Amino acid sequence: MSITRDEVAHLARLSRLALSDAELDHFAGQLDQIIGAVARVQEVAAEGIPPMTHAVPVNNVFRDDVEVPCLTPEQALAAAPATEQARFRVPRILTEE
Amino acid sequence: MATELTRLSAAQIAAAVASGEASAVEVTQAHLNRIVALEPDVHAFLHVAGPEALAAAEDVDRKRAAGELLGPLAGVPLALKDVLATKDMPTTCGSKILQGWQPPYDATITQRLRAAGVIILGKTNMDEFAMGSSTENSAFGPSRNPWNLSRVPGGSSGGSSAAVAAYEAPLGIGTDTGGSIRQPAAVCGIVGMKPTYGGSSRYGLVAFASSLDTPGPLARTVLDAALLHEAISGHDWRDSTSVDAPVPPVVAAARQADVSGLRIGVVAEFSGEGYQAGVLARFNESVELLESLGAKVIEVSCPHFTYALPAYYLIAPSEASSNLARFDAMRYGLRVGDDGVASAEEVMSVTRAAGFGPEVKRRIMLGTYALSSGYYDAYYGKAQQVRTLISRDFDAAFEQVDVLISPTTPTTAFPIGERVDDPMAMYLADLCTIPSDLAGNAAISVPCGLAPEDGLPVGLQVMAPALADDRTYRVAAALETALEQRWGGPLLAQAKGLGE
Amino acid sequence: MSLTELVPYDEALSRYEPVIGLETHVELGTTTKMFCGCRIEFGAPPNTSVCPVCLGLPGSLPVTNRAAIEYTIKIGLALNCTIATWCRFARKNYFYPDMPKDFQISQYDEPLCTDGYLDVTVEGQSFRIGIERVHLEEDTGKTLHVGGATGRIHGAEYSLVDYNRAGIPLVEVVTKPVTGTGSLAPLVARAYVTELRDLLQALGVSDVRMEEGSLRSDVNTSLAPIGAAEWGKRTETKNVNSLRSVERAVRFEIERQAGVLDAGGRVVQETRHFHEENGTTTSGRSKEEAQDYRYFPEPDLVPIAPPPDWVASLRAALPELPAARRARLQSEWGFSGQEMTWVVNADAVDLVASTVAAGASPADARKWWLGELAMHANKSGVELSSLPVTPADVARVAELVKAGTLNDKLARQVLAAVLAGEGSPDDVVAARGLAVVSDDGALTEAVDAAIAANPDIAARIRDGKTAAAGALVGEVMKATRGRADANRARELILERLS
Repeated sequence: MSITRDEVAHLARLSRLALSDAELDHFAGQLDQIIGAVARVQEVAAEGIPPMTHAVPVNNVFRDDVEVPCLTPEQALAAAPATEQARFRVPRILTEE
Repeated sequence: MATELTRLSAAQIAAAVASGEASAVEVTQAHLNRIVALEPDVHAFLHVAGPEALAAAEDVDRKRAAGELLGPLAGVPLALKDVLATKDMPTTCGSKILQGWQPPYDATITQRLRAAGVIILGKTNMDEFAMGSSTENSAFGPSRNPWNLSRVPGGSSGGSSAAVAAYEAPLGIGTDTGGSIRQPAAVCGIVGMKPTYGGSSRYGLVAFASSLDTPGPLARTVLDAALLHEAISGHDWRDSTSVDAPVPPVVAAARQADVSGLRIGVVAEFSGEGYQAGVLARFNESVELLESLGAKVIEVSCPHFTYALPAYYLIAPSEASSNLARFDAMRYGLRVGDDGVASAEEVMSVTRAAGFGPEVKRRIMLGTYALSSGYYDAYYGKAQQVRTLISRDFDAAFEQVDVLISPTTPTTAFPIGERVDDPMAMYLADLCTIPSDLAGNAAISVPCGLAPEDGLPVGLQVMAPALADDRTYRVAAALETALEQRWGGPLLAQAKGLGE
Repeated sequence: MSLTELVPYDEALSRYEPVIGLETHVELGTTTKMFCGCRIEFGAPPNTSVCPVCLGLPGSLPVTNRAAIEYTIKIGLALNCTIATWCRFARKNYFYPDMPKDFQISQYDEPLCTDGYLDVTVEGQSFRIGIERVHLEEDTGKTLHVGGATGRIHGAEYSLVDYNRAGIPLVEVVTKPVTGTGSLAPLVARAYVTELRDLLQALGVSDVRMEEGSLRSDVNTSLAPIGAAEWGKRTETKNVNSLRSVERAVRFEIERQAGVLDAGGRVVQETRHFHEENGTTTSGRSKEEAQDYRYFPEPDLVPIAPPPDWVASLRAALPELPAARRARLQSEWGFSGQEMTWVVNADAVDLVASTVAAGASPADARKWWLGELAMHANKSGVELSSLPVTPADVARVAELVKAGTLNDKLARQVLAAVLAGEGSPDDVVAARGLAVVSDDGALTEAVDAAIAANPDIAARIRDGKTAAAGALVGEVMKATRGRADANRARELILERLS
């Protein structure tokens, strides 16, 4: 199991990390080594073993549909890098989701 | 008097405050003074909240004067890991991307500490987003081990551990995802406890790996750890994974300090190659000591524990890659490259590249890889199955024994810089602690001596079934009592270089 | 953009067979959001209904709203679905500024409800629309694009985000592919969304205001030559926000795709955007790399395992559903099957019901909504229910006609004035003096004038040719600009000339 530099570049893009070429080179080597090590899980015979996603085996934890006080707009916007018209101002969005 | 106050245990301070022997303000001021004196060397704190701490102390003193009933930790100072939200102090998680961020809310743990009259001295250093075992991944420089300033204090809760070991605070809060409470506690020579997953609320704990993260106490004595454990635990409706059950009787267990008749299993897989000789020597001595105290010790095999490390390094980064997506420069935190021309997507990418350190980037990319379509089953899915097998190993073991024990870490504190660009070597520090995170059960680390070769502390780990946290305290307290008799005092009394 | 020749609809359907599918998002009408206690309030000032959870602040955690789960189970039951005995939320990971956590809590391979159906009738034919799944997720924030063309994302200089909508519970109802509709595809699509909307309204789980975006549909359309073994490539037209648009979007895609196929081209599997103003669709950005959402079970939430008795009690409490209600109303109203179908197709069941409740006869209610008012709606291209006239107004007009205060012609004028915003029917009647003139004093004057102006007609009436009175009544109506009570005028003419 190994990972190519191109794959690392793809992962960086998917992860929204603008990495330099030098960083890509460096990380590619390290990730290759790490992935090689973690791939050891594939040695384990686990057929029919259910995956464990939660450490606590409980179901149905709900809250009642009851209002809880919100933040004020001032609190909500206090840490924003930029605001306008009581909204979060963000750079232009190129793609529609 | 000032120095003496910082030498007291949390239980002693609380008693002194309650009786009026010392005021909470005096106690707090003594610790703040010590912080001023030691921080240039130790660098345990990212933010010291002097005025806020003194105001909280005054409040405790006022309540006492008014005859109000004080909690068992009222007036006791504490070092809070900078991963828990505080509305009157910054919360940075040791990351540039959150530098200066002040949350508009308190974590549940923060609220409970305040309600208990605990004095929060400030926010402590940590590996960025709790990813690491040395605090070297902090964007704000490493903390140093009070036993030897050229060594790491462990991590990721290295700041809280160093603060407690350096007598800057009698109590600390850490968070444990792969060993981040127990490992730094072990290498700093203090007590660190990872409660059962869900036993302490995660609300307001900035997530690293949601299915593993567990806040817990750090202290110089087992009883202090238990008192803090009790103060922060209990059901929280804001955390859906919070356990809705009574808090295990940890304080009573710490006072009981008795292992006679207890069945103790030594994990066979956690010894041999890769373990420092002095660590194994101290561990083995402790095993004999426990036996001499009336415990029945047997060796137990947990075959899948050897796969815990690889499973962990798939599960934790996968969750982290998703949890850390929100640091996108849109609503809070750092924003880089917003020149009016760059798109939101570009600003996100440039900010994240500038704001995250190398270990965080590695783990985000690793997690993104493990969750990708086509790789999910082979990596994340398989790791979750291994997690089940590890949990079943625990179940099988706990049918034979009441608790399991092992060294907390394979080695003592390593030199600063030694493993910083060797991720695989760094990851080995959590070899013994990870299984309890994956299974979600309770585990504590208690000091068991110094390794002869480097004079640095060794920790012994006690693991118990989920919700049987009290058993770990029973064993840890018994061992602590017996060892301190042998040493003629606490282990920390043997530490040199604490700026006396 | 390459312009494709559209193929006229009937011609397209003579050669191609459409397959349609619909994904409908419905904002639930719970008091609070999906995972936090912020109140849901339409039209609140920006960022006033937000908290650490729905803003995705570091450290915050979601807690599931029980009511949202109940509403979703009710929807599943009403759609004849199987309710999962165990299912989970999953994280759908992608970066977008309107999504506070840069992942959406949704459901992936374990939806709460699966495998149901909804029957609709179009032109006397019944179609069973298969329901693939009903799942629950959280809505995103709302973005305002500033600079560039009006409010559009393209060319904008920057954007402003309001997170009030972020975290509102959103149910997604996904149909199975609908085949065998032939040329009725657009009407079936519309009928399905209409029926779904009515069902959601009957369940009381959403206020289903399409124009405010609380119900929005994505419409999938594909075409294949009639008799072809495989379906064609489908397009997904996003955010079609009215019933009329659903119909038009399918219709346009059929015409467009037929054009592409006729020209020997291939239909590109893509997202398309619908334009209300001209009823066309245009290509969305074709994504340079396929999205990989990296779904995984949401670790911050525990599984949902609805106990059977909970589901049973929700089932027992289901209200009368639209199909049953329609059958009941048809019999109560005494409508023929054809009459009821007209009412249903005009989306006027609720309007007629409310008008009847306000006092009108079912026949009158039907007559006004499907006649005069439908014409107005059609002329201005809006839904009947969006007309600025209330069922109470219509019932009042019917009442005024019945009382003889208005005749049909005047009634039409009154309705037109109500639609023009001149006030209630009574306001209009008063302001314009539109009431029928049956007052003898006023009428006598007009009658005398008509007799005086037409001596020969008057003479014939005197001679017993009473049928000639109609001509004089006409004169009276003209003189009173239609307001005269024609019957009374006739009586007065005959009295005078007897």
